[in-house]
Amino acid sequence: MSVTTHRPFRRWLTTTAAVFAAAALVVGCTSNEPEEDPDAAGETGGGDEAPAGGNDEPGETVTIGFSGPLADHGWLAAVNESAIAEAERYEDIELRTAEATNDASLQISQIETFINEGVDAIVLLPTDGAQLTEVATRAMDAGIIVVNVDREFSSPFAARTTILGDNYGMGVSAGTYACGLIEDNGIEDPVIAEIAGIDALPLTQDRSQGFADALDACGQTVDNRVAAEFTVESGEEQASNLLQAAPHIDIVWNHDDDQGVGVKQAFDNAGRDEFFFIGGAGSANAMRWIQDGEMEATVLYPPTQAADGIRLARLLAQNKGMSDLVQVEVPRRIVLNAPVVNADNVDDYMHLGFES
Amino acid sequence: MSDQTPAAPASASGTPPADEHRRVEAAAATEGDTRSSFGRFMSSSAGRNFGLVIALLVLCAVGVATAGDRFASTDNMLTILRLAASVGVVSIGMTFVIIGGGIDLSVGAIVALASVWATTLATQRMAEDTHWIIMVFTALAVGVGCGLVNGVLIAYGGMAPFIVTLAMLAAARGLAEIISERRTQIIEVRPLIDFVNGDFLGVPVLVWIFAVVSAIGWVLLNRTTFGRRTIAVGGNATAARLAGIAVKRHTMMLYALLGLACGLAAVMLMARTTTGSSTHGFLWELDAIAAVVIGGTLLSGGRGTIVGTIFGVLIFMTLTNVFTLNNLDSSTQAVAKGAIIVIAVLLQQRVAARSDSS
Repeated sequence: MSVTTHRPFRRWLTTTAAVFAAAALVVGCTSNEPEEDPDAAGETGGGDEAPAGGNDEPGETVTIGFSGPLADHGWLAAVNESAIAEAERYEDIELRTAEATNDASLQISQIETFINEGVDAIVLLPTDGAQLTEVATRAMDAGIIVVNVDREFSSPFAARTTILGDNYGMGVSAGTYACGLIEDNGIEDPVIAEIAGIDALPLTQDRSQGFADALDACGQTVDNRVAAEFTVESGEEQASNLLQAAPHIDIVWNHDDDQGVGVKQAFDNAGRDEFFFIGGAGSANAMRWIQDGEMEATVLYPPTQAADGIRLARLLAQNKGMSDLVQVEVPRRIVLNAPVVNADNVDDYMHLGFES
Repeated sequence: MSDQTPAAPASASGTPPADEHRRVEAAAATEGDTRSSFGRFMSSSAGRNFGLVIALLVLCAVGVATAGDRFASTDNMLTILRLAASVGVVSIGMTFVIIGGGIDLSVGAIVALASVWATTLATQRMAEDTHWIIMVFTALAVGVGCGLVNGVLIAYGGMAPFIVTLAMLAAARGLAEIISERRTQIIEVRPLIDFVNGDFLGVPVLVWIFAVVSAIGWVLLNRTTFGRRTIAVGGNATAARLAGIAVKRHTMMLYALLGLACGLAAVMLMARTTTGSSTHGFLWELDAIAAVVIGGTLLSGGRGTIVGTIFGVLIFMTLTNVFTLNNLDSSTQAVAKGAIIVIAVLLQQRVAARSDSS
């Protein structure tokens, strides 16, 4: 009821906030190093103050429904936890969390419940994008703002905003970094190995494609490739076989730091460390190995996507824009960056590392 | 005590006609000499696993031809054996359950639960205060416990093994997820890892464990009352009961034995990966059952061999290894695995039909 009457005032507030925030950004850019500013990567759970800007001022209370898949590995657990933690930081968010599930039909019924309850917004990390598209479209038709996280719907009408990690970009980052290593160390005819995740998944295909494309740019190809199953056990098994397949390796990229625990153990078991070991996802383990010099780098796949989804849902429900953009509306689609974390910047990213 | 006697005559009365038949067949064959020596070979232990030996040899030949020294090196052979060891131990246990007329779909989940339970902070602290053997004991106890629950429900609850172990599959993995909060639990107790991951006489301890378990399994099945009772129970439970075998107790013990094997496999996996995780042992039930069936054990029970199972496990691991050495993708591997299962079982049946003639 009060929503419509307050709206003009809120617009005005948003615009002022945007101006202030823009000013703050300019100041920030001049006084800080522009790169690797932790704020740019999305600060969560670090205990820091929220970024400046009027958007964080408490507004009207919004009800957000959050539904994600069962956290069967560390990354997904971190996604769910950081989303809930993010919602708790705002006193104007009332979060409804659905029981995490891997059953698409159960998740559909959870979204139906949210629709019936009349929540203001839904943040949805679907078990399967295609299967949840229909119910998400119904939610949109019912006037509920849907924010799609990580796994994309098959229709553009199913979500107001989509926020994604960049799987192809991960591969590109890893490949570009590998090219840099080859050049810096003057490696002749390098042997490059890749330990992928589940090959049947589009995300694995995207990562591999990005890696291959980036390597192609410096005239290299993947020499040995195995696929594990995102589990520690399969990582150890596949890496053991890979080490036998290639008596000498110069660079190895492992797609996933969760399976990386097993991959690393296989390297240790075989006593092999002649190569640059690059990881993926950015677990706390991987970052500790980087600090200890046991791993060269890892490519981030931010576990903060759902947390960002919660923030966007709040902005959308409160009819605010993103204060750092000139455009008054929240963008349709946000693809997060996949930066490389190595010994130089690991301390900046440590707080984003998730426990496997 | 005397209850093994019914089983013994049964097999004894089965053997002479088989010999007769083979002699007749050999005599009927045109090349009498080669046939009879072939027949003799067939009746030997290697002959009974002829199809498997051929499959493994073909795989090795392909490995040598395509990857040369990288395949044939001692290092690579030990890698294959090391990777085969943990699922191999489970498969040995599975052989007993299947020969005994049952099936167990929960082995992977039990391995996961045992690994998680044995790597909780509490267990690790106890292990640090006393000895890492505590962790081994915990894993074994969890394995046996789960096996006993399976066994009691199947034997005394009168429920179908398929259903009981399916329920255990869900429940054990669920419990493992609850205990571990779906996190990977890293082992800080180094002595355990160093010991199990170490070498003894140049051979990894993991491989020794597999070898010892295989030897014990072979003796248990072929040279003890327990083994003969297992075959009797799986062949004809009613006849076994009438012959005085405590069928229910025996069935329960078979599942407990498999649970023990799962606990041991969990320890091996814990050392291999230095972690406990609710994702450990994923789909091992299928790997183990496939290895057992390829090995020539009847799914309906009553007949089977330990040696065959070992071959089954080795074939799968060698296949993965050869494919990886040749840089072939996992989808091709899956197709080849399917083909190998069918070919090995077909070969096995042909050979079995010719040598057993039962």
